[in-house]
Amino acid sequence: MTRNGPLALLFHALFVTFMLAPLAIVCAVAFTPEGYLSLPTNGLSLRWFRAILDYPEFLRAFRDSLWLAALSSTIAIALSVPAALAIARYRFPGREAMTALFMSPLMVPHVVLGIAFLRFFTEIGLSGTFTGLVLSHVVVILPFALRLVLASSYGIDQRIEHAAVSLGAEPATVFRRVTLPLILPGVVSGWMLAAINSFDEVTMTVFIASPATTTLPVRMFLYIQDNIDPLIAAISACLIVLTAFAMILLDRFYSLDRLFVGTGKG
Amino acid sequence: MSALARAQRRAPYALTGPALLVFLGLVIIPLAMTVLLSFYDWGQYTGIVPEFTLKNWLDIATDSYFLEIFLRTFRIAVLVTLASIVIGVPEAYILNRMSPGWRSVFLLVVIGPLLVSVVARTLGWALLLGSNGIVNQGLMALGLIGTPLEFMFTETGVVIALTHVLIPFMILAVWASLQRLDPQVENAAASLGAGWFTIWRRVILPQIVPGILSGAIIVFALAASAFATPAIIGGRRLKVASTLAYDEFLNTLNWPLGAAVATLLLIALVAIIVGCNRLVERRYAQVFE
Repeated sequence: MTRNGPLALLFHALFVTFMLAPLAIVCAVAFTPEGYLSLPTNGLSLRWFRAILDYPEFLRAFRDSLWLAALSSTIAIALSVPAALAIARYRFPGREAMTALFMSPLMVPHVVLGIAFLRFFTEIGLSGTFTGLVLSHVVVILPFALRLVLASSYGIDQRIEHAAVSLGAEPATVFRRVTLPLILPGVVSGWMLAAINSFDEVTMTVFIASPATTTLPVRMFLYIQDNIDPLIAAISACLIVLTAFAMILLDRFYSLDRLFVGTGKG
Repeated sequence: MSALARAQRRAPYALTGPALLVFLGLVIIPLAMTVLLSFYDWGQYTGIVPEFTLKNWLDIATDSYFLEIFLRTFRIAVLVTLASIVIGVPEAYILNRMSPGWRSVFLLVVIGPLLVSVVARTLGWALLLGSNGIVNQGLMALGLIGTPLEFMFTETGVVIALTHVLIPFMILAVWASLQRLDPQVENAAASLGAGWFTIWRRVILPQIVPGILSGAIIVFALAASAFATPAIIGGRRLKVASTLAYDEFLNTLNWPLGAAVATLLLIALVAIIVGCNRLVERRYAQVFE
């Protein structure tokens, strides 16, 4: 294979700058010692990171976001595992339509989903509740969980399960001791990708969150609409570092490019 | 034996049942209610009036205000898609030619931002593009411009920021199709005396067009329905379809009109995506095996 020429490498360097510049500037501004938006040219300061502690609503939103992500991705995985096993193993009427339905939240704009949930939850009395947030997040992150569990379900040699059954294992034991360990990489990475997507979701959540129960990205979004200051840069910098850690963790389980290109055949 | 066969036939429905129930209850019903809502009446003092009317749809069809917003939405989406192709395709090709070590490092650089909250990424662009931002200061220091360029609250700014947000999808799609390429074909063309431009145009490009098109569909759909980035960079005046629906719902409180805008956006997008998919599949059927 031929190597990249100098022109190609220059293009690449410009591209990497383009990709990293907005993240870098957020982190740089977060360290400013001044009271206004500026680059830290006169030394670094942690004052804006300390200032985050004076805004309990951001800390509360962060805690709620973590709970929401953990809960909704756990429910999404619990629904995805049986569904993925059925789609991977059986040919049944409605299989294609069901798969399309489960993947549809990827195609429907999140604004439309947000409006639909706002309308629906207002009618059934769930608007502004944490339950409503969890239910809506389960729906939008399920495609990510399903796709990864599905990808790992296709590769299973079912003869291993048959062997377990012939040795007298109960169906529950077969699932726990044989099937689950085999699809575990897909389950773990599907859970993590679903949790990250839940944590980052803003477009749909902005419609159904209430001041009492809201998520960190929604609170940040509403804050930025009014003013942009070093405080919000410091919060964003923390998020960027946190995401970097999550990404490295995720990369351990499942190479990141496979995660997004999607290897599912269904 | 027949009992076993029946159990076998029921098994997939029992397994998909829970997810199916959740999706019927939380996707089909709410979406149907939203479509229905778009045919309801609304008054400043009466609120939502559950009477069938075409008023919202007629408003959208006749008022040039809505036409302008939808045109802007799709203009931005087209520009973002084009920018993603022009920048993303060469970048994917360069990535593919790197040594495995460097490639995995730079794939993280490309994919990583996808996982960072879109609010944080857009904040970065707001800082870069402001009239005192780095971009303007840099351009002025280089003497290229005399006065700061307006990026904030303009379509240019929204297109730049959205391209940054969505370009990873294009690179991943093109990269996936580059992986299926046999490098020997490229070498064969070179050994037969083809220049790099001819190799690109006659050998590589035809093989990765399906990847470019599927990337373009994803980028276009996400750009046309993007919310946070146009809301922050575009501000309240430069509205797109999704921020318009947001304002109708949460500021004006005219839910039926907002529902009509959302329904139209959904229908337009689904029509475009399904249409493009058909076209791609028919034209490039042989590439998809």
